[in-house]
Amino acid sequence: MDEGRKIRVLVAKPGLDGHDRGAKVVARALRDAGMEVIYTGLRQTPEQIVAAAIQEDVDVVAMSILSGAHNYLFPRVMQLLRERGVDDVLVVGGGIIPDEDIPGLKECGIAEVFTPGASTADTVKFIRENIKR
Amino acid sequence: MNQGDLSGEYGRWKSGPYAKTCARFPERKERFEGSSGIEVKPLYTPLDVEQVDYVNDLGFPGEYPYNRGVQPTMYRGRFWTMRQYAGFATAEESNRRYKYLLEQGQTGLSVAFDLPTQIGYDSDHELSAGEVGKVGVAIDSLADMETLFDGIPLDKVSTSMTINAPASMLLAMYIAVAEKQGVFANKLNGTIQNDILKEYAARGTYIFPPKPSMRLITNIFEYCSTAVPRWNTISISGYHIREAGATAVQEVAFTLADGIAYVKAAVDAGLDVDDFGPRLSFFFNAHNDLLEEVAKFRAARRLWARIMRDRFGAKDPKSMQLRFHTQTAGCTLTAQQPDNNIVRVTLQALAAVLGGTQSLHTNSRDEALALPSQDSVRIALRTQQIIAYESGVADTIDPLAVSYYIEALTDEIERAAADYIRRIDEIGGAPAAIERGFIQAEIEESAYRYQMEIESGDRTIVGLNDFQIEEDRPSGLLKVDPAVGDLQCRKLAQLRAERDNAAVEASLAALEHAASGSDNLMPYILDAVRAYATLGEMCGVLRGVFGEYKPTVAY
Repeated sequence: MDEGRKIRVLVAKPGLDGHDRGAKVVARALRDAGMEVIYTGLRQTPEQIVAAAIQEDVDVVAMSILSGAHNYLFPRVMQLLRERGVDDVLVVGGGIIPDEDIPGLKECGIAEVFTPGASTADTVKFIRENIKR
Repeated sequence: MNQGDLSGEYGRWKSGPYAKTCARFPERKERFEGSSGIEVKPLYTPLDVEQVDYVNDLGFPGEYPYNRGVQPTMYRGRFWTMRQYAGFATAEESNRRYKYLLEQGQTGLSVAFDLPTQIGYDSDHELSAGEVGKVGVAIDSLADMETLFDGIPLDKVSTSMTINAPASMLLAMYIAVAEKQGVFANKLNGTIQNDILKEYAARGTYIFPPKPSMRLITNIFEYCSTAVPRWNTISISGYHIREAGATAVQEVAFTLADGIAYVKAAVDAGLDVDDFGPRLSFFFNAHNDLLEEVAKFRAARRLWARIMRDRFGAKDPKSMQLRFHTQTAGCTLTAQQPDNNIVRVTLQALAAVLGGTQSLHTNSRDEALALPSQDSVRIALRTQQIIAYESGVADTIDPLAVSYYIEALTDEIERAAADYIRRIDEIGGAPAAIERGFIQAEIEESAYRYQMEIESGDRTIVGLNDFQIEEDRPSGLLKVDPAVGDLQCRKLAQLRAERDNAAVEASLAALEHAASGSDNLMPYILDAVRAYATLGEMCGVLRGVFGEYKPTVAY
């Protein structure tokens, strides 16, 4: 990516889940690491998240779910991104996500899944190293 | 020894033996402090409680200011209610879990609803996709509620329901199920959470804007004061505020500020504070810092008693008694070495009991990974039973009272929380403070600081940032069958085909008309529930009249 341009991240809360402590902590940590962060707020549909990602021209979409709806909502976001021809955005996820669900999520295009206990420093590092543009 | 001598002796020890030892062997930290930043001194002595007036500040159990507990005998009469929050998938499966828990010696039920239910969408709504039955049981209509409590006599159990924005509908369903069992509403015991302000600030399951939400809440207060007199009409909740990151002081302050807003709304609507005050209940978190938590519960009790008596002129002692449920802190559980969570939960539960809780949920060891399995829930319940039956801490009332540290900390927490409440009053009360984002910003700041303390190693979490091991993730986690969503949708389609749809339409039209006016909505909601109107239909009607809440604060 261009030197000097800040990494732009959309932190998103898909679904009806209201637990956004983690999303907000991550948003602030990414900001403190020099990234530009847009937080969607709660209750975003996959359609809204994809529209926001395109409109804001972000490099990264970071989604958080603690309700257990990740197996439905994460793949739906990936599908919509593909349908809109977006293939250069790094998508990561986080939340209470059982290990056994992670391979399936990665297969559909989620680059990494951060589970309870992950440090924000690891998230920052992963984004910096894996950004697609 | 008089205080002057003590002061001299304390000075001698502090500058003598204590200072000498510190010089040779520095303490582990330069400054020790609790979650709220209150400094913890090396030693507490009678000098720290000089200002405490036993009769006025502590008093006796069951008497103002309730510092020592709300009942005269506390756990010597009866243990706290052991109430595990449970619910997942369908009403049938949750009904089985409730019966299991009751068989295992649980003494009250606590219903977890799924997110579509909490936000007033039917299971077949497009926004419900993927969420049905996940974080709790899916309830679309009275028919599901009948299944949920099948074979559980509602005059024999007390039931707590974690439901907020649509609390009136779920309470109406509970009343209607009881009617079918032949149980009158005035015999029902239980609690609805019904605390919308903390939903805006910390938990997120709001539907309507603040004003109509407050009307629904005061409607419930008014209706229940005569029709369901034993029901706890609200559970003013600090739990989720703490889970979102708040400190102990913030938890007390923001919860009681919300409480003040509800009392004010009801008084402004013309209700007498002593008609509804005795039915207000609270819900707090039990976090890791055992002694700070004990002091927190005691401080909250005293502060609320003073608020109800002095600010609202309550006369009935029951209006001044802060009765509370406690849940151990989910946010402290680690996915790493999850069996360690049993120990965390034990300490947290002990804090709740030493703090005088009326009921308790102990978290399960696997909750950082999934919904709890049956075995994990049983261990969590056994943890409470061991504290109750084996530890001896329940045999005398408020056993930590007059500990120099506990009393000093109780005072400090009360003072700091009262200062926060004063700031919130200046902003215009809790609703205004939430609208401006003040409370949310304070919570976020604390959450971020906590996380950074962990990442910098300033705060040790055993098994997470120290004492780690290589381990396999545990197996046997509970998984909700994704087919639950389809099943629930089929049940809904069948209901819509079989019920008297003209009666449903008529009851919804009456509800809509009443919502546009100023009547108490509870009777209209009960009529619609009895006609098997769905939760989504009822909330849909009210969404049309009241509109929907949109958060104003940009992050």
